[in-house]
Amino acid sequence: MLDDFLLRAALAAVGTAVAAGLLGCFVVWRRMAYFGDATAHAAVLGVALALLFGTSITLGVGIVALCMAVLIHSLSGQGVAVDTILGVLAHGALALGLVAVTLVPGQRIDLDAYLFGDVLSVTRADLAVIWGGGVLLVGVLWWHWSAMLTATLNPDLAHAAGINPRRQQLILTVLVAAVVAVAIKVVGALLITALLIIPAASARSFASTPERMAFFAMAIGALSALGGLRLAVHFDTQVGPSIICVAVLIFAVSRVGKYLPRLPV
Amino acid sequence: MRLIDARHIDFGHGGQRVLQNVSMSLDEGEIVTIVGPNGSGKSTLLRLLIGALKPQKGSVTRASGLRIGYVPQKLHIDPTLPITVARFLNLPKPVPAKAATEALRTAGVAGLDRQQMSQLSGGQFQRVLLARAILANPHVLMLDEATQGLDQPGSAAFYRQIAAVRQDLGCAVLMVSHELHVVMSASDRVICLNGHICCEGTPEVVTAAPAYRELFGTGTGGALALYRHDHDHDHSHHHHEAAE
Repeated sequence: MLDDFLLRAALAAVGTAVAAGLLGCFVVWRRMAYFGDATAHAAVLGVALALLFGTSITLGVGIVALCMAVLIHSLSGQGVAVDTILGVLAHGALALGLVAVTLVPGQRIDLDAYLFGDVLSVTRADLAVIWGGGVLLVGVLWWHWSAMLTATLNPDLAHAAGINPRRQQLILTVLVAAVVAVAIKVVGALLITALLIIPAASARSFASTPERMAFFAMAIGALSALGGLRLAVHFDTQVGPSIICVAVLIFAVSRVGKYLPRLPV
Repeated sequence: MRLIDARHIDFGHGGQRVLQNVSMSLDEGEIVTIVGPNGSGKSTLLRLLIGALKPQKGSVTRASGLRIGYVPQKLHIDPTLPITVARFLNLPKPVPAKAATEALRTAGVAGLDRQQMSQLSGGQFQRVLLARAILANPHVLMLDEATQGLDQPGSAAFYRQIAAVRQDLGCAVLMVSHELHVVMSASDRVICLNGHICCEGTPEVVTAAPAYRELFGTGTGGALALYRHDHDHDHSHHHHEAAE
């Protein structure tokens, strides 16, 4: 079972896209897109460190992404304008990672796989990580859904209801880092944010409640993953960028669809 | 029973002192109004009381298990977040549909359930916030300039609604306002705030107090007095919109 590399690729892409679609809703609602970018760019540094120390890529990326995410989280609590700092950290980590990768002794490393993803080479172990992580992410969001939604609407409203919005934000931060670690194999460091925000942004046009938007975002993510893989196989293009192209296409259609008579959903 | 007790709290940010040695308490069933000019730290005080901010000095004690129905000054909902009134009322805890319908009626906006929050008018929006606060079955209803953006008749109607709600629920009400002429008469106690507590007591006592007259002038009792205050009154050290 799962011997076919295409089947494995499809499962990996769908699993990642569904998890990213769900989490992406919060990224869009809370305007964390740039934050996602910074975390994703740091992933390249994680790749370099993992190769240097001979650990698994997912672990290396996960740890570096988590460090970056927590660092930004604590900075954002200080009331400083994080925009510039995010830019410095994001591109600093990316540049450092690119330099570090070339310093890794041994054979030259094909960076493309980490920048644009290499879903056709996923192993069964990768699949286990992706789906295990995905189920965990859905579980955590399910468990915290109402509290997180309240904190997203208004931090003071959350406080008055006895919810700590900073804690909710930290959970999201950690989840973004986890998605980055998993998604780097599928779409690569440069396009992870796209996988987070585009399905969610497309889902906005059809949804009247947050839950529906989350559901549509997951569905659109899965559709993009499968469509992108199909395209990539047909035209012999890179899978990661192809998935994002399909997602963008769906987004464009959804925006046009907004001006058509509304569906009773 | 004492619901909230704040003692000697100091709070500032960015080197600016917003509140200095403020002590106040709220008892069960009481209606207390905090009045003060813009930038006097009213919203900051409220946020300290609900626990959104931590005092730098002093303490805030809330009765254990205290349920707060909080109506913020304004609530910006990101346009990317679709949410109906019904869904909003179910946050953070799900409520029975009947209770939600009832709360909307109590707040004076029956039948809005299926509307998107983003499509509501300013008055409707504030009332939906009130309905949500009621649904928490609160011990205390906290309103932060809840009538901002409403016209005079609109805000008068809103405060009548509050009075009715309080009769229904028997909860305490803590209001922040600068529309004193509208809210004062209904209050058991008025706290006049300007970075520190200038004076407090029953509406009659406060209206007669020199500190209050100095702040708000006499007779006009409206926006005019407030504006004049902003420019000529000088025992405040911060005229900025610190935490409004």
